[in-house]
Amino acid sequence: MTQATSSDEVRYQDEGKARRSLGRVLTHNLSAKIAATPMVVTVLVVFIGCTLWTIWYSFTDSRLLPTGDFVGFEQYERLFNTSRWNRSVSNLIWYGAFSLVLTLSLGFLLAVLLDQKVRFESAFRTIMLYPFALSFIVTGLVWQWIMNPTLGLQGTLRNMGWESFTFDWIAQSDMVIYALLIAGLWQGTGFVMVLMLAGLRSIDDDIWKAARVDGIPAWRTYLFIVLPMMRGVFVTAVVLVGAGIVRLYDLVVALTNGGPGIASEVPAKYVYDYMFTAGNIGQALAASTMMLVTVMIIIVPWAYLEFGGRSKKS
Amino acid sequence: MDHSVSIRDLSLSFGNVRVLEHLNLDIGQGEFIVLLGPSGCGKSTLLNCIAGLLDVTGGQIFISGKNVTWEEPKDRGIGMVFQSYALYPQMTVERNLSFGLRVAGMDKKEIDQRVKRASEILQIEPLLKRKPAALSGGQRQRVAIGRALVRDVDVFLFDEPLSNLDAKLRSDLRVEIKRLHQRLKNTMIYVTHDQIEALTLADRIAIMKNGVIQQLADPHTIYNRPTNLYVAGFIGSPSMNFLEGDLIGGDQPTIRLESGTTIPVGGYEFETKPKSGSTKAVLGIRPEHILVGEAAASMPYQEDVVIEIVEPMGSDTLAYTTVGGVSVSARADSELDLKAGQKLRVGFDPGRGSIFDVETTNRL
Amino acid sequence: MSNPAQLSTNVALDAVDNKGMRLEGNHGPRPKPFFTPKRIVLYSILFVACLYYLFPLYVMVVTSFKTMPEIRFGNIFAPPIEFTGEPWVKAWTSACTGLTCNGLNPGFWNSVKILIPSVLLSTVVAAVNGYGLVNWKFKGSEIFFSILIFGSFIPYQVMIYPLVMITRELGIYGSIWAVILVHTIFGMPILTLLFRNYFASLPVELFKAARVDGAGFWRIFFEIMLPMSLPIIVVALILQVTGIWNDFLFGVVFAGTQNYPMTVQLNNIVNSAQGSPEYNVNMAATILTGLVPLIIYFISGRLFVRGIAAGAVKG
Repeated sequence: MTQATSSDEVRYQDEGKARRSLGRVLTHNLSAKIAATPMVVTVLVVFIGCTLWTIWYSFTDSRLLPTGDFVGFEQYERLFNTSRWNRSVSNLIWYGAFSLVLTLSLGFLLAVLLDQKVRFESAFRTIMLYPFALSFIVTGLVWQWIMNPTLGLQGTLRNMGWESFTFDWIAQSDMVIYALLIAGLWQGTGFVMVLMLAGLRSIDDDIWKAARVDGIPAWRTYLFIVLPMMRGVFVTAVVLVGAGIVRLYDLVVALTNGGPGIASEVPAKYVYDYMFTAGNIGQALAASTMMLVTVMIIIVPWAYLEFGGRSKKS
Repeated sequence: MDHSVSIRDLSLSFGNVRVLEHLNLDIGQGEFIVLLGPSGCGKSTLLNCIAGLLDVTGGQIFISGKNVTWEEPKDRGIGMVFQSYALYPQMTVERNLSFGLRVAGMDKKEIDQRVKRASEILQIEPLLKRKPAALSGGQRQRVAIGRALVRDVDVFLFDEPLSNLDAKLRSDLRVEIKRLHQRLKNTMIYVTHDQIEALTLADRIAIMKNGVIQQLADPHTIYNRPTNLYVAGFIGSPSMNFLEGDLIGGDQPTIRLESGTTIPVGGYEFETKPKSGSTKAVLGIRPEHILVGEAAASMPYQEDVVIEIVEPMGSDTLAYTTVGGVSVSARADSELDLKAGQKLRVGFDPGRGSIFDVETTNRL
Repeated sequence: MSNPAQLSTNVALDAVDNKGMRLEGNHGPRPKPFFTPKRIVLYSILFVACLYYLFPLYVMVVTSFKTMPEIRFGNIFAPPIEFTGEPWVKAWTSACTGLTCNGLNPGFWNSVKILIPSVLLSTVVAAVNGYGLVNWKFKGSEIFFSILIFGSFIPYQVMIYPLVMITRELGIYGSIWAVILVHTIFGMPILTLLFRNYFASLPVELFKAARVDGAGFWRIFFEIMLPMSLPIIVVALILQVTGIWNDFLFGVVFAGTQNYPMTVQLNNIVNSAQGSPEYNVNMAATILTGLVPLIIYFISGRLFVRGIAAGAVKG
């Protein structure tokens, strides 16, 4: 990697093999370079290459095959004139907003509750986290069954005599997004709870002692002292939950398959359907590029903040 | 070449940060060199360069007359002992010792012989079948030394080998390393930030700061004739007392402190005769050279003072007071039974001290 | 050191690792007698939360043992009166996926065939990567790593079509090898991060000592590093086994109809089936599909938590 500067070398060259041979420069770390090939190829070909390819072809009119002519922003214009796409985007925004706020606040709340020297804490934790181990397909199918209007929870409670009980969100186009939310929260809050609990436990005991000595009630300590100290954990959780929301796909496929009608469509499903079912690749690529832009809007400021924070420190 | 290790014009940068700058160092055959300095001074970096674990930016390294600047560590004829022992946790002591030899493809008999010899020297034979986790800190460090020993190398490199041990063990192992050196007569380069280790072990000490060797000399010279203010302040505990003032040259040179006190320094051996006229200078006096009570009577400079704080250290007592308007510490015999508030006479011989130029910080 | 995802994941990992799971670490108010009004409210909330989490599991199990007439009776809570294993047999051997009626077992075996090579390959590649990144840095290695981590946030939909073309060129599209390749690629960021952080936490002096002893890249990897990496390998395996088993998208895109993994077949059984739906069979099939990750979850406990804390980056 580093070469001796020439003037220093020349001076002592006669005293032995003073200069690093060209062969050594090439073979130095050779094994390491060979071992890094999979990573280098993945980065260059997949993460950079495929992404650029997708962005490029999103400006073509490719249909069944990616061979189309350059058409500028036509695919994007079409995209935002398609009601299914617009519904997908608004679904994602609503689902995303609710999911983010509820996952974080419920996750934090559960973590605080579990932090109260609760008996059987590990049992509670295990129960709250197990859905996270399951596939979104499994989650979606279970809730699909529970929300079945005739034989699921609604039917059961009506049969038991509670005639007015309504839980048919899965069949209502204006409510189906909340059905998704219930299943999504079921799967995801446990994970956030574990992150938050870890964050709570990482806070110095002395903070608690100091707060107690100062006579600050526990809830105020949590809200005004501990919560601000957990900024890092929160940021992590927001990024992770946020990235997951943008990718929301399997759950929708299993729970509602986008229905009723197009009421629960999401962007990831739009991309898949146009790419592999409708045979309109240009359109699919434009949609996926929009997904990329969305993720960048979430990630870049965060990365910038973290990066900025780091360089300040060093 | 007579030198065991020669370092010529060595430079190392990490990006824009220059860690070592044009460093030269010649180490004789069988010499025990200690690289001493605070953390971040580049002493460990220098050792890693000698070991071949860091690629240098410029300059040359010779070991036993061979230019090894770009050789692999294994081809340099060195063995290294690390602060954290760096024993391979999954291997027994025996396999730890023999790993390097096995990598080199040495035959089994020779390996066994060498392991046996090294473990005898270090008295670790009973531990050979154990894993590192089952050893005490001292035992681990012995094994780590053994790993360098079996390789039968010319040069031993120690990277703060005793810093992870408690005080008692540290002094025991220190003696043992000295004994090992006397027996093996290998060249040893030893990095530490502990001045006691440096003073007790070294044939020569190299005091480093910011990637530059400040002074390279035997412990006695380092302690008694420090080459600059940095070395003077770094070596010695408690540190040297510094009295700052104007050095007035001439036949009877004196130092006038800010308080107006004048100290005659005629008995001092100047490196170069001071210019007539006045120079900003610092007189450094070690605490043990400030005598207290009756003993002060024969000293060229004397002053009546009030003892402010007394710290009994067991064998002797540290007394804090003010001389010439400057706070100083003095090391007194504990028999004197000093008390805070006590009034008595202190004195010292400036000839035993050191005088530095304030501007250049060098010894005058 | 400029990789964006690293810091936060470290926070998560460290927190969970070092402090999170110790039981004596509670910070809340002093322990109080068990039956104070506050405690009763606290436990009530926790129990209600647990009901929410456990209810679907209960419903799945109960439904899967009922007969269809009993299900049509319309009580989702009721335990089976006439206990039957028939739905399980049918789910496993003869439920229809829309095209064929062989049940879930081909999907199970497909998943196994995908799982084992994917997990091994991705773990090995990542372990070598992580080791290289820590101990054998070369010019640009940190940049590649940063892009790798950043790339893990790119939605899969962005890269999936070019990957279809690449695998088609390689002649593996529509086979399990395409799925294995894709899993290895997309598992790389998080697993590399995991191994890199682990190797970075080992004392660098071990590596130096081995270099002085004359060992090279592979020798140090196999004889020094790998034997010390068991804990992190287990975490990586847990992460990958659950992640790959639960995958739907890559299976449905790359595997080809014959090789659909279990999740895809499950979805087909439930959502594409013709005729009147058999909820008991559906639930039995759902449990069967969820069984592998659930078993891993309950066996591995703490390590699972560690794995997902890292794996969450994957989304």
